[in-house]
Amino acid sequence: MDAVVRELSYAQALQEAMAQAMEADERVFLMGEDIGVYGGAFQVTGDLVHRFGESRVMDTPIAELGAAGVAVGAALGGSRPVLEFQFSDFATLGMEQIVNQAAKIRFMLGGRVSVPLVMRFPAGSGTGAAAQHSQSLEAWFAHVPGLKVVQPATPYDAKGLLLAAIDDPDPVMFFEHKLLYKMRGPVPAEPYRVPIGTAAVMRPGRDLTIVATSIMVHRALEAAATLADEGLDVEVIDLRTLRPMDRETIIASVSRTTRLLCVYEGVKTLGIGTEVSAMVAESEAFDRLDAPIRRLGGAECPIPYNPDLERAAVPQVPDIVAAARDLIRGAV
Amino acid sequence: MGDAMSNSLRVAADPLPLAYTLLSRGEVRDCLRRMILIRLFEENAEQAYMRGLIHGTMHLSIGQEASAVGMGAFLTDADKITSTHRGHGHCIAKGADPARMFAEFFGKETGYCHGRGGSMHIADVERGNLGANGIVGGGLPIAVGAALAMKQRRQPNAVVCFFGDGASNEGAFHEALNMAALWKLPVVFVCENNKYGMSTSTERSMAVKDVADRAVAYAMPGVIVDGNSFADVAEAGYHALRRARAGEGPSLIECKTYRIRGHSRSDRNRYRTKEEIESWVRRDPIVHLREELLHLGLLAAEEIAAAQAEAEAEIASAIEYARQSPAPRVSELTRDVYTEPA
Repeated sequence: MDAVVRELSYAQALQEAMAQAMEADERVFLMGEDIGVYGGAFQVTGDLVHRFGESRVMDTPIAELGAAGVAVGAALGGSRPVLEFQFSDFATLGMEQIVNQAAKIRFMLGGRVSVPLVMRFPAGSGTGAAAQHSQSLEAWFAHVPGLKVVQPATPYDAKGLLLAAIDDPDPVMFFEHKLLYKMRGPVPAEPYRVPIGTAAVMRPGRDLTIVATSIMVHRALEAAATLADEGLDVEVIDLRTLRPMDRETIIASVSRTTRLLCVYEGVKTLGIGTEVSAMVAESEAFDRLDAPIRRLGGAECPIPYNPDLERAAVPQVPDIVAAARDLIRGAV
Repeated sequence: MGDAMSNSLRVAADPLPLAYTLLSRGEVRDCLRRMILIRLFEENAEQAYMRGLIHGTMHLSIGQEASAVGMGAFLTDADKITSTHRGHGHCIAKGADPARMFAEFFGKETGYCHGRGGSMHIADVERGNLGANGIVGGGLPIAVGAALAMKQRRQPNAVVCFFGDGASNEGAFHEALNMAALWKLPVVFVCENNKYGMSTSTERSMAVKDVADRAVAYAMPGVIVDGNSFADVAEAGYHALRRARAGEGPSLIECKTYRIRGHSRSDRNRYRTKEEIESWVRRDPIVHLREELLHLGLLAAEEIAAAQAEAEAEIASAIEYARQSPAPRVSELTRDVYTEPA
């Protein structure tokens, strides 16, 4: 029997993952600000409170530090919390519990406990919400041993990675992009898992490897289509998991294409592409490079309000096309 | 809770304190033994540190043993605690093995955390101790989460959350108490007010006089007890635990106490007087309990001496165990950062 595959939005795919996880395991519960009858600021939890009740879809006070700590304690106590931060920017209020507690408790206690929790972070710019509601801070978390960091770009991966994250025995930081919530794509109806720590080759190519994250995967694919018209063959890799990173897929690709462009929305300096670049430079792929490694990341400023400025603050398709063309044609 | 700060001993004609009517003589004796064990553990840890056997730092709770053991008097292994950077007493009160604690201090593989945590992160999850914490206020929301899990799992237990006066100025304290009360969770917040957050006195750091006053903002009972009186702490704990387990919600207990030693190894005691310290040395909670039990006829002098001797023997063998234990392997440096796939 063929599996049923429907078109769902990225937000619907996330919601389906949470519903299926709660149906399968009574330990799983959701918590967050306005995730109940309001349905979440981005309607990701939607009507789940009506299906599962307020004890499993819990509205919290506006208290990110406290809520993060409650999630840690609940995980230690045998429950499986999935905590939604209303905006990823508000993670700053919960960093103590995320970085000092969730990430370190297993190690500090000599491996005697695990902290199975998921924190969901709506991230990214493009909504006109300006500097405190538009950041891409995922690289901060990837710097912390003990955390896993995932960042799905498609509805399929949104569901599969979220189910994998909820299953995972360790704390998983789950970064969603607000502009992707309405994006539609094929999603199997049955529960399935996308393994954490695996990148995906979204488009094979011979001339250049683009390693992109989140919405930049789609911009990279659009750029690759444009470049294909010019006879340039670009491979696009969706990193999907920032920690632990899928080194093998990236090194194999760059060894073959001999060129690397990293595209990410977080601020360029010390963003995730910086790590990918350094990892490749330290690998056997370095000797195969025919061009310098290049990064396209967020501008060195907070996300501005004005729409033209906001667009200019993060990589756009023409930026990727130009950078890729330069790399392949040896203009850099 | 009576006169919280009274130092006078009860006389036999007074009604027996509630704790002594609820605990058997054997249990009372065990509580005294544990208080002595905590004191000896810390005095010996301090000496080992001076001799260079322990590195890093440590925060001693000498003088605060009654709040740890008093709160532990009515807990079972299925109840949980969260502890603080000054947590050796909580750990022993919850039933930890001093040998594995010393092994942890010595950085040995046989320690509670396999030498990865040290003094500030000792936990004993089998006994329900979710761990000391290096972050002031770090344990407060974790305790609330553990209590939430108990409610979700329909377990008839409670969480005791130890913290200090300094933590009550942290946002985490306020967020945690609010959520615990809002959701009527089985948690007892136990403030060990030892008058100083490092060097800064409560007068210089708190807008209210008593931490217990903060309970009213979260619609829970807030009581003040003499933190150096085992019986007073145990009685307050008994009532708060009964309330928690009955699903009536959290409570706040403020134990007025004092740390005789400095904040940590770096403390030069420049912020308090010798007279103040000596006045609290005279109110030693172990001396107080010993004399109270003798006065009330609950324990004979020989039984007290035997408890002391047992504790001394246990500490001596604990140190020996720790010294002879193997060190962790450097090749296993990154073990347990993540859970290995089963």
